[in-house]
Amino acid sequence: MRTALFITCFNDTMHPATGRAVVTLLERLGCTVDFPAGQTCCGQMHFNTGYQRDCIPLVRRFGEVFAGYDAVVAPSGSCAAMIRHHHARVAEVAGDRGLLEAVRTAPPVYELSEFLVDVLEVTDVGAYFPHRVTYHPTCHSLRMLGVADRPLALLRAVRGIDLVELPDATQCCGFGGTFALKNSDTSVAMGADKVRGVLDSGAEVLCAGDNSCLTHIGGLLSRLRTGVRTMHLAEILAATERTTATEPTTATERTTATGAPSHAVATGGGPR
Amino acid sequence: MSTARDEILARVRAALADVPESERPADVPVKRAYATGGDQPGSAPETVALFTERLADYGATVRTVSSGRAATEVARTLASRGASRLVVPRWFPPAWSAQLAAAGMRSDEPPLSVDELDAVDAVVTTAALAIAETGTLVLDGGPGQGRRAVTLVPDFHLCVLRADQVVASVPQALSRLDPLRPLTFVSGPSATSDIELERVAGVHGPRTLEVLVVR
Amino acid sequence: MSSAFLGMPPFPQAARRALADTQQRRNLAGATRTIRHKRAEVVGELPDWEELREAGRALKERTLRHLDHYLVQLEERVTAAGGQVHWARDAAEANRIVTRLVQETGEREVVKVKSMTTQETGLNRALETAGITAYETDLAELIVQLGDDLPSHILVPAIHRNRAEIRELFRRTMPDAEGVGDDPAELAEAARRYLRQKFLRAKVGISGANFLVAETGTAVVVESEGNGRMCLTLPETLISVVGIEKVVPTWQDLEVYLQLLPRSSTGERMNPYTSTWTGTQDGDGPRGFHLVLLDGGRTDTLADRIGRQTLNCIRCSACLNVCPVYERTGGHAYGSVYPGPIGAVLNPQLRGTGTETDRSLPFASTLCGACYEVCPVKIDIPEVLVHLRARVVEETGGRRHTPTPEAVAMRAARWVFSSPARLSAAQRLAALGSRVVARRGRIARLPGPLAGWTDARDAPAPAGEPFRQWWERTHR
Repeated sequence: MRTALFITCFNDTMHPATGRAVVTLLERLGCTVDFPAGQTCCGQMHFNTGYQRDCIPLVRRFGEVFAGYDAVVAPSGSCAAMIRHHHARVAEVAGDRGLLEAVRTAPPVYELSEFLVDVLEVTDVGAYFPHRVTYHPTCHSLRMLGVADRPLALLRAVRGIDLVELPDATQCCGFGGTFALKNSDTSVAMGADKVRGVLDSGAEVLCAGDNSCLTHIGGLLSRLRTGVRTMHLAEILAATERTTATEPTTATERTTATGAPSHAVATGGGPR
Repeated sequence: MSTARDEILARVRAALADVPESERPADVPVKRAYATGGDQPGSAPETVALFTERLADYGATVRTVSSGRAATEVARTLASRGASRLVVPRWFPPAWSAQLAAAGMRSDEPPLSVDELDAVDAVVTTAALAIAETGTLVLDGGPGQGRRAVTLVPDFHLCVLRADQVVASVPQALSRLDPLRPLTFVSGPSATSDIELERVAGVHGPRTLEVLVVR
Repeated sequence: MSSAFLGMPPFPQAARRALADTQQRRNLAGATRTIRHKRAEVVGELPDWEELREAGRALKERTLRHLDHYLVQLEERVTAAGGQVHWARDAAEANRIVTRLVQETGEREVVKVKSMTTQETGLNRALETAGITAYETDLAELIVQLGDDLPSHILVPAIHRNRAEIRELFRRTMPDAEGVGDDPAELAEAARRYLRQKFLRAKVGISGANFLVAETGTAVVVESEGNGRMCLTLPETLISVVGIEKVVPTWQDLEVYLQLLPRSSTGERMNPYTSTWTGTQDGDGPRGFHLVLLDGGRTDTLADRIGRQTLNCIRCSACLNVCPVYERTGGHAYGSVYPGPIGAVLNPQLRGTGTETDRSLPFASTLCGACYEVCPVKIDIPEVLVHLRARVVEETGGRRHTPTPEAVAMRAARWVFSSPARLSAAQRLAALGSRVVARRGRIARLPGPLAGWTDARDAPAPAGEPFRQWWERTHR
């Protein structure tokens, strides 16, 4: 099976540690992934903000870059949902039959937890992560993809983990893409309630399958100096006894990858 | 003259330009895969028990009585509420009203004024049928039920029905009802949750609803 | 649309004000949580809920695709049953018709059942102008009317008020209510006393309808307090103002909606009272029945193939109760009698996108999808929201000579994302730029339109080594 990694533009630029973790994890599970260098963005920001015509070239590019693969895995629920649910609509807006056909025949796109549980058929990925963790099910993974409790099943199998319940877990964190800017007051009010839930849970790490939501909640956690850090599901699943010794220990350090790739390699396990 | 009617219908037709002219309403598929409660016979003891439980959930008092004791229970129920001035609609079964004091009974024949209705203590009626799953009585103005106002203005409504009138589900009920009659579905006493979503039983409709199911 | 809502600021500004109202935040959080739980419980009881939803959706689709047929059939049946049907192109025409009908009775007072449609048309104000007093009889509508307030929820218009506030209002505005306590039962009792004589004396009742059955000409009102029954039964004349989308094909179809609506709306297996009537009935109820069918932007909505599904709405308000935005901002921020997710899609379609407020509504959502999940008639609200966003963007682009800054940014992003080389270059640039503003990988203050982010949130700095660069270095 030829599997391609769709890293997503946001992870690529802002959270490369997540991408490294995905590669580490999949390689550890014996799955070789390819990273087609022509990939850029799924078009979600444009589509959801009302710039549907601007996503036409992005959808076209996506189809061209990933054509011929058997499966695509993406460490983002909302990007996977965008591709699965809306690329066809973009093709419709474009009025381009060829594009519609390309969307229809494109390889299936899996969010990471779906890929692990449904395709690789594994829930125990051999991870070790001795911390108190709470999980926030992001809206698009939950409601558009229907990942259900796949991420939780994966987390429960992690050795050493103390997985605690997040109060009102299924309520949106308030990120919502450009909503976070256009309606920043409401966005922050929702985020504040999510933060309260995280703090009430007593967790030291907040985990989710979307770095976009985590950036929002994490930005609030960091601003308030709560000491709680955010981690993508992939990073926890990639962690082993070998890597935990060097992992970052503070809330802000995850984002200190700027100019310090050697440090950030910790959660990703490093290249072979 | 272009009337509002013609214009609205023309707008509707223009808005539906995408609907093929040959398409008929029945061509739009409607899957009725939901339960209709078809296998439950209306008089099954479980159906009556469910009805009793569900209606009581709304704050109504529901009791099952034997047909031999029906008249006694009707009289006793009204007496226990201190209801002496009664409206008993035409064709209410005499077997159930046998022990009521004739002096306090009005039949709504000729129709009582609203003020007269407001002055009575209670109304006693039958029902067209009842729905177990939702704990609902349905009145259709048939024998013993009276017009809608008589079960609305008095503050206490005692409804007497036979166990075999209880159907299992909403679909079963609708198929037995005549839409050309004015219908009232009653699920408990009047209620409101308009203040802090806290349910308060008893607002404008009868504040007390009691039901006797006669076996 | 109710004129009281005119001139409301766009959603973000209105929301900012609402978010600062501590009391309202608390009232809303408590109330929506309560009703969410009630709904979940009674919906969970029905193993065939999904099948009911699908039937509810499909029946609406059938109706809407053949709406002209069903409206004509409805009119014929209502007329045959002794009713009179009137048609209103817009709110003003509907109000004129109702005012004339009331005037023809010679009455100066009417009692009203809670009706979204007459809220939408601003009927009370129109009647007032004509010297006719309209009494709202639903408890929450009464609270709103007495307080000269605006409704903030479809089912519970006074959801933003708590018992203490309502007690103060009653004490101030109702005769003989000086001593009333703050127990909801006591407050409901006060409302009963206040309205009782008005019901018993009323000669004209005004209502909406939850459903109109084309096959039989039957109208349906679903309610709880008995105020509906009072208005539908005791007056001599009944006027019902109903949107043209409220029609359903057959009597049997009600078996679907009478299950979907109460469970979605009040979280009950069945609401206390449902009244159905067909025209007029000798010796029972009003002698005159007028049905006013309102377009009011519904045919515009119908014409939009994606927006059309919005007309499926049965006004249950389940989407409000689960909406995390609504829960925090409340209903007034939406600037309409239709708040919440359904309001965000309904208002810009019924009213058009001519005002800042209506243009802001499609963006008043995180697209979390909780509304779609609970909608009993399966309106894909996020899909319609995104569709309307595109409409707003296109209209704005067409109106202006120069593109908005946002449009420029989006175009630039498209240009960057259209080539991996450009993306790499942009990543290098961003990392470079962030070194100026970032401290320990954290950015506390971003410039320009991004400042909205850092007002309350730290932002991460772009990575020094983007993923693609790492891959290039390690896997090639």
